[in-house]
Amino acid sequence: MKDKLNKIVSEALSQIDGSEHLEKLNEIKVAYLGKKGELTQVLKSMKDVAAEDRPKVGQMVNEARTSIEERIEKKKKDFEKKVLEEKIKKETIDVTLPGKAPVIGHKHPNQIALEDVEDIFVGMGYQVVEGPEVEYDYYNFEALNIPANHPAKDEQDTFYITSDIVLRTQTSSVQVHEMEKGKLPIRMIAPGRVFRSDEVDATHSPSFNQIEGLVIDKNVTFADLKGTLAEFAKKMFGEDTKVRFRPHHFPFTEPSAEMDVSCFKCGGKGCRFCKGEGWIEILGCGMVHPRVLEMRDIDPDKYQGFAFGMGLERIALLKYEIDDMRLLYENDIRFLEQF
Amino acid sequence: MNTPLSWIKAYVPDLECEPKEYMEKVTITGTKVESYEKFDENLEKIVVGKILKIERHPDADKLVVCQVQINEDGESTQIVTGASNVFEGAMVPVVLDGGRVATDHSGKKVPGGTKIKKGKLRGVESNGMMCSIFELGSNTDMYPDAAPDGIYILSDNPEYKNAKIGSDVPELLGLRDVCFEYEITSNRVDCFAVTGIAREVAATFRKPFVPPVVKETGNSEDVNDYIQVEVEANDLCKRYVSRVVKNIKLAPSPEWMQRRLAACGIRPINNIVDITNYVMEEYGQPMHAFDHDKIAGHKIIVRRANDGEKFMTLDGQERTLDKDVLMICDAEKPIGIAGIMGGENSKITDDVKTMVFEAACFDGTNIRLSGKRLGMRTDAQAKFEKGLDPENAMEAINRACDLIEELGAGEVVGGAVDVYCEKKVPNVVKYDVDKINKLLGTDIDEDEMISYFEMVDLSVNKETKEVTVPTWRQDIYRLADLAEEVARFYGYDKIPSTLPSGEAVTGGMTEKLKIEAVARTAAQYLGFSEASTYSFESPKVFDKLRIPEEDELRKAIVISNPLGEDYSIMRTSSLNGMLTSLSTNYNRRNKKVKLYEMANIYIPKALPLTERPNEYMQLTMGMYGGVDFYDMKGAVEVVLRQCGLAEKISYKADGGYPFLHPGRQAAIVYNNEVIGYLGEVHPEVMANYLIKEKTYLANIDMRFVVEFTKDDVKYKHLPKFPAVTRDISLVMNKDVLAGQVEDVIVKKAGKLLEKVELFDVYEGERIGADKKSLAYSIRFRAADRTLLDEDVNAVMDKIITALKDLGAVLRS
Repeated sequence: MKDKLNKIVSEALSQIDGSEHLEKLNEIKVAYLGKKGELTQVLKSMKDVAAEDRPKVGQMVNEARTSIEERIEKKKKDFEKKVLEEKIKKETIDVTLPGKAPVIGHKHPNQIALEDVEDIFVGMGYQVVEGPEVEYDYYNFEALNIPANHPAKDEQDTFYITSDIVLRTQTSSVQVHEMEKGKLPIRMIAPGRVFRSDEVDATHSPSFNQIEGLVIDKNVTFADLKGTLAEFAKKMFGEDTKVRFRPHHFPFTEPSAEMDVSCFKCGGKGCRFCKGEGWIEILGCGMVHPRVLEMRDIDPDKYQGFAFGMGLERIALLKYEIDDMRLLYENDIRFLEQF
Repeated sequence: MNTPLSWIKAYVPDLECEPKEYMEKVTITGTKVESYEKFDENLEKIVVGKILKIERHPDADKLVVCQVQINEDGESTQIVTGASNVFEGAMVPVVLDGGRVATDHSGKKVPGGTKIKKGKLRGVESNGMMCSIFELGSNTDMYPDAAPDGIYILSDNPEYKNAKIGSDVPELLGLRDVCFEYEITSNRVDCFAVTGIAREVAATFRKPFVPPVVKETGNSEDVNDYIQVEVEANDLCKRYVSRVVKNIKLAPSPEWMQRRLAACGIRPINNIVDITNYVMEEYGQPMHAFDHDKIAGHKIIVRRANDGEKFMTLDGQERTLDKDVLMICDAEKPIGIAGIMGGENSKITDDVKTMVFEAACFDGTNIRLSGKRLGMRTDAQAKFEKGLDPENAMEAINRACDLIEELGAGEVVGGAVDVYCEKKVPNVVKYDVDKINKLLGTDIDEDEMISYFEMVDLSVNKETKEVTVPTWRQDIYRLADLAEEVARFYGYDKIPSTLPSGEAVTGGMTEKLKIEAVARTAAQYLGFSEASTYSFESPKVFDKLRIPEEDELRKAIVISNPLGEDYSIMRTSSLNGMLTSLSTNYNRRNKKVKLYEMANIYIPKALPLTERPNEYMQLTMGMYGGVDFYDMKGAVEVVLRQCGLAEKISYKADGGYPFLHPGRQAAIVYNNEVIGYLGEVHPEVMANYLIKEKTYLANIDMRFVVEFTKDDVKYKHLPKFPAVTRDISLVMNKDVLAGQVEDVIVKKAGKLLEKVELFDVYEGERIGADKKSLAYSIRFRAADRTLLDEDVNAVMDKIITALKDLGAVLRS
């Protein structure tokens, strides 16, 4: 009996090992383990075995069955693996073909520059606010210490709607609105469109964008103005950026200054980009003029502040080396797609 | 303002520095140098030579061979030239071998200049070059004695006749100098004068400032016997000073004066004109000279003009005046427009014998406005406009008379007529060391501050803590102004850099800006690129956009002084900007374009404007190239959803937008409010904008989006029970809208409805020409149980029955 079983097992295993595909393996399974299979036949012949031997024979048969089943399973897994490998091989694609990217639009260079500026100042605790573009003459001039008939009104080539309503020439008008709210301290930036009657050319546009900044608090100093804007310049133009403050004049600040940054092309050595100066003018700034504070009922002996203003286009043009301002308003997609 | 360094040095004699250092240092104390020009840039090895002998060139008719003496030892060299104005004995500038001139061969100034080397001209050796004034980097405006088309014959000028042979020509001609161009701010009227800048320079370099010393002038006669002055319009004329010069001898001014004027860009004319210009540069005070013999009654009256009065200015042009133009008149007639230009009838001519000098202080604003109305712009006017110091008038006129005597240009009559209507009193400003330090964030002591004040001639009383401000400084009124003086000379660069202390505050955007940012980002990720267009446009755009007469959109704000009609109204819709940009792209053959703009429109509350208009932020999207209405509609949906508009968005067909195709447009409705529109651009409008491809627009009024946005998402449990889905295919007339069908389904399906989705639209012969078929997938689900067929069947029956009212029946 034992020999017979061994023979069946050894025959089965060799057939399994020799099988070449899954169907053959199934046939072998039926041939040995099926209802009419050889091993089943042996089991059926158990009745002829002596009663005391039956448990032992039974165990032998089971062991034989297990070993065949295990071998079939193993072989089956081998087959599956092989099939999968072949399938994978066939599925190889050309990964260098282009990807199916959805078309994403591009931000306007002005907007990118604006967001850069906003991020820096929001990080320093500034609120981003807005003010009207069509503005009372008073907010644009008088409240900024530019009285009627002041030459600065002409210098800025104002567009008038009526005698007392203008297109704002500077975002500085937002300073007045913020102070008018009566809430101190103030720490704000105000981006927006401004208008001046300059003919359109490569460096001028009758409509452009500015960003105004205003800080009013009890102990704000000129040193704070310097530190804040130096920090801004580093974040905006790179850690190595140096700044230079030059005395200047704005009716609504005193002392006033213009800030230059070291040329980001040559690092300050002087090149064509900075016209050999090593410096590039970026913004105007100063301590809020006491008269401007007084007009808003803010006591200049208790509160001090600084303000600054910069042209957004100027920053965008410099940053991207755009040599003609008109490109910013044509909206040629081949231009916009570069940003 | 252009000024040569040599002129500044005349008043700051100890000044020694390189141009670059000068530029940096002066800029940093507040007198900004824009640029500088070295007159001797590229001028090398150019000496005074004397032509000893001229012979014909053996092989060239147009060339001559010169023997030129080039030093005092008598050494000479051979130079071939094509110039025809040379002669034996002439003294000329000679560039020696290896030298350099400013121009190229065509006579144009070039960077780096041109190197001159010895060589052969038609076989004859030439060891250098004789030069024209142009090759020396200048021109005949500045050097009127130089030949316009030949060699500069130095010996023709009496002042150069005795120059040493071999001496440096740039030095001789005053070209060893640097001219600086300054940007003077409008508050520093005093710096529109060489003396004013020199005072700043002296303070900057901590060197003494030595202003011109003006001698007493005038003979024993009394000016009052020559001229009387009466100022009627004393509101517009603060001071009028007059002096008289007789026995005038017109002649060229001396070289030193010509050189200084030329360096400032002023062409030398004759001694009288040059002195006037010289003093205007030096003191910043414009002056005018009248011919005494042409002044009727020898009387000057300063008064307003009459409306409509005509007057011929000395440039020969007739001007029409009005009552706000200030005039200088004689006893009978006007003889000059005050501060702007003199009259033809009183101008100085070559035969002048006696003249009346005027140095006045007119009201700057009046001069500025008069100049604007008259369309005139003169140098004098530019000075007056800034508001001059009346104290300066007397000093300047005395300086001019001083120069007249010095130059022998005439005999100055004793005394001056001085009508001083409004005596200028110096400002006195209190200083407070602590407050200045508190403003600047510095720790500067009192003595140091005082030293800075005194450097620019502010006088200090330490007892009373007061600063007396000289009248020429019209920018110092209060403490902050003094703080600026301290800061300038302490050094803006030395003030520390700190960050504001104060309480910590959080920064951020307003809600409006945040939502606009979301909309921008959504548009961008939908493939739209950001455009930027002008806020003003032409009134013609209304016709281009087919906006009917009397339409609200035509009620636009008009700019009273626009840059031409194309920029004359404030836009009431953003469409023109978008369509213009799309048109630009289309006509440049850009194939697929999607643009958006986030910008304001300007809606007046009433016209003409009495108060600020409403400014409404608009998101405008436009596109063409392989897209259709539903692409735009999908884009609108995404943007609105991203912006937090979670409720139902509906679309009203034919919103009545004349610029859109009537059958392909919809108003976007949310919360019963029309918040925007979208559609295909009307074919006529497309033609107006020269676009030949179907173009789609959408406009969303962001003010509604900001109003309706919600940020109150609440989690709903995930479904525990299965859904039942029923697909139905409906046939109906073409004019039934999908929106109507959907409304019926949603209404009748009730609360079991989870989702209704259109999955097929069919039109074709199989269902009839005027029919269409819509197929919907309707999903039902109950939150508390598994739905049974009976439940769903009942609802579906209701839906199908109700749809029959629309004429929609199940497709068999």
